[in-house]
Amino acid sequence: MDANVNKNTFAAKASFRGSADYVAAPELINSVNIAMTLQKPLLIKGEPGTGKTMLAQSIATALDRELIIWSIKSTTKAQDGLYGYDVVQRLYDSQFGGQGVDDIAKYIKLGRLGEAFSREEQIILLIDEIDKADLEFPNDLLWELDQMEFYIPETKETVRAKTRPVVIITSNAEKELPDAFLRRCVFHYIEFPDQTLMEEIVRVHFPNVEDRLLNQAIKAFYRLRGIHAIQKKPSTSELLDWIQALTLGGIDVSKIARELPFAGVLLKKNEDLAVMQTQLR
Amino acid sequence: MFGPFFYLLRARGLDVSLSEWLTLVEAMDKGLSHAGFTQFYYLARSVLVKSEVDYDKFDRVFLEFFKDVAFTSDELPQELLDWLNNPDHERHGDLGRGDLADALDNDEIARMFRERLLEQKEEHNGGTYWIGTDGASPFGNAGESRKGIRVGGASQGRMAMAVAGARRYRDFRDDTTLNTRSFQLAFRRLRQFSNRVDAPRTELDINQTVRATCDNFGFLKLVFAKPRKNTVKLMLLMDSGGSMDSYGSLCASLFQAVSKSNHFKDLKVYYFHNCIKSHLYKSPRITYRESLGTDWVLNNIDGEYRVIIVGDALMDSSELTAGGYFSQRPDALNGLQWLRRFKERYRHLVWLTPENNDLLVSRFWGASYSLIKREVDTHVLTVENLTNVIKKLMIAR
Repeated sequence: MDANVNKNTFAAKASFRGSADYVAAPELINSVNIAMTLQKPLLIKGEPGTGKTMLAQSIATALDRELIIWSIKSTTKAQDGLYGYDVVQRLYDSQFGGQGVDDIAKYIKLGRLGEAFSREEQIILLIDEIDKADLEFPNDLLWELDQMEFYIPETKETVRAKTRPVVIITSNAEKELPDAFLRRCVFHYIEFPDQTLMEEIVRVHFPNVEDRLLNQAIKAFYRLRGIHAIQKKPSTSELLDWIQALTLGGIDVSKIARELPFAGVLLKKNEDLAVMQTQLR
Repeated sequence: MFGPFFYLLRARGLDVSLSEWLTLVEAMDKGLSHAGFTQFYYLARSVLVKSEVDYDKFDRVFLEFFKDVAFTSDELPQELLDWLNNPDHERHGDLGRGDLADALDNDEIARMFRERLLEQKEEHNGGTYWIGTDGASPFGNAGESRKGIRVGGASQGRMAMAVAGARRYRDFRDDTTLNTRSFQLAFRRLRQFSNRVDAPRTELDINQTVRATCDNFGFLKLVFAKPRKNTVKLMLLMDSGGSMDSYGSLCASLFQAVSKSNHFKDLKVYYFHNCIKSHLYKSPRITYRESLGTDWVLNNIDGEYRVIIVGDALMDSSELTAGGYFSQRPDALNGLQWLRRFKERYRHLVWLTPENNDLLVSRFWGASYSLIKREVDTHVLTVENLTNVIKKLMIAR
């Protein structure tokens, strides 16, 4: 962001430029800053292994904010993220004469979203893999994410965020998300990094990797991804594992492209390994 | 402001809502596009487009709209600049120009090239001959070639006309039970659970019961909830008769797997011959008595349905491009147009072929296959593919 940008906007105060251990494409950085300025959730989609979840961590590090992660499972309900009311404990306490039974607030436990809203300072909230949950899940959170507040009827209390958290939502596109929800988000699709960006990414993780090894490995990696018949294409995280394996294994660099040692690290399906063997002959 | 851009996006099939548009305006107000035209492009895309599937559509509209702005019209650039709140006219103009050239990537050029090709072909069709190699229609030599097709088709004995008379009646329901387990397992994945379905509250909600009981001073109070149910609705369209006869058992096992999978919210099965036309049929016998209008289906069966079309996609390509030759009254729309209407209505649509037709593409019957393949997502019907296809059906492609 330029210095002449209106100082009132959030972007002027803190903008994301990527961090030391995470290399982001300029478009992605752009989208993050758009989402932060507009104060809307940023919805991130992309191939597995393109660093969707890492992004939130990196934003948190770069802006020096606390990160709260809410991982969604297939049984997660929207309510779980807001608060839970431990009625059983309260009943016990009332039956066995515990102290402070009248104070319902004692039995209210905030969920991850509730936690995020009740912090004094701004935090980064990651809602990870939102598409895992039921179809209505995102719709149930519309109000909460729009207004950054929710009401607890039991205590007649409203939990409201003092500073709007930066909300990052990731999706693996297992299900479609409801329109009403999508309309409230800023959307970014992380493309698979190209060779130059990939080199940069690998260097962030392995600063001491040998040039020739890196070069050969990346070349072989992209050739493998280019084979149409391979079903589960290797992703960044697999490449990183592979490069580590190659470095530790002390493999002769000239053999990498020809023989693809430790190919099992890259390809996880038997069929794919077979395809690779026939293609590389 | 930039109203026309908004309407152009909508006209080109991007479902941009007013609130998203206002968000963009707000973003412009906050100065998010100060860095220039590229920045503006990314800003508009991330605010207006909500699926990577639509990125390409957006790119095209963007080019279509801003090419005029940047290069031909004098009036609009000023408006653009005002809108961008950027007084530096010269610098900005240059930026826009450069970025547009960048934005015109190889794919775009290839697309324009194809369009040019298409135009040329039309001209040639109007003329006397056209040497068709592997273009959009391998039967490019219009009038004459169609005659050629007829002759060729009849001699190969696969012409619909010939088969139509001797069409065997095949009811997939009557086939003997096959091992359909693997197909069924694939269909299991076609699900999207929700507890908002219209159903009575029949399931004991344990959490709420505990809660209600505690609120009730420990006296038991039961709470019931609606069960979580699959909300996926499926429409299966099967080609019947003619060249499909040879694939009877494969289609039967698919059919049985679908009809045994009772987890769908709704299942509709219709039949057609070769390609979807003005009528669909309720039984594989394809008789007029059991027909219903395709228009009716399109109007009454909502777009939420997942559509699986099963057919060998091998036919005389005039059925796709012209009205169809064996019906007395030529349809107002041809096969491809009907298919397109289906695709517009049902975003989740795949075509499964019983055999791999890729080898046939250069052959006579393969022409229709390549036409269809270009129009819809086509896969070979195998257990493994079905699993992948069903993954695709869960998200619109």
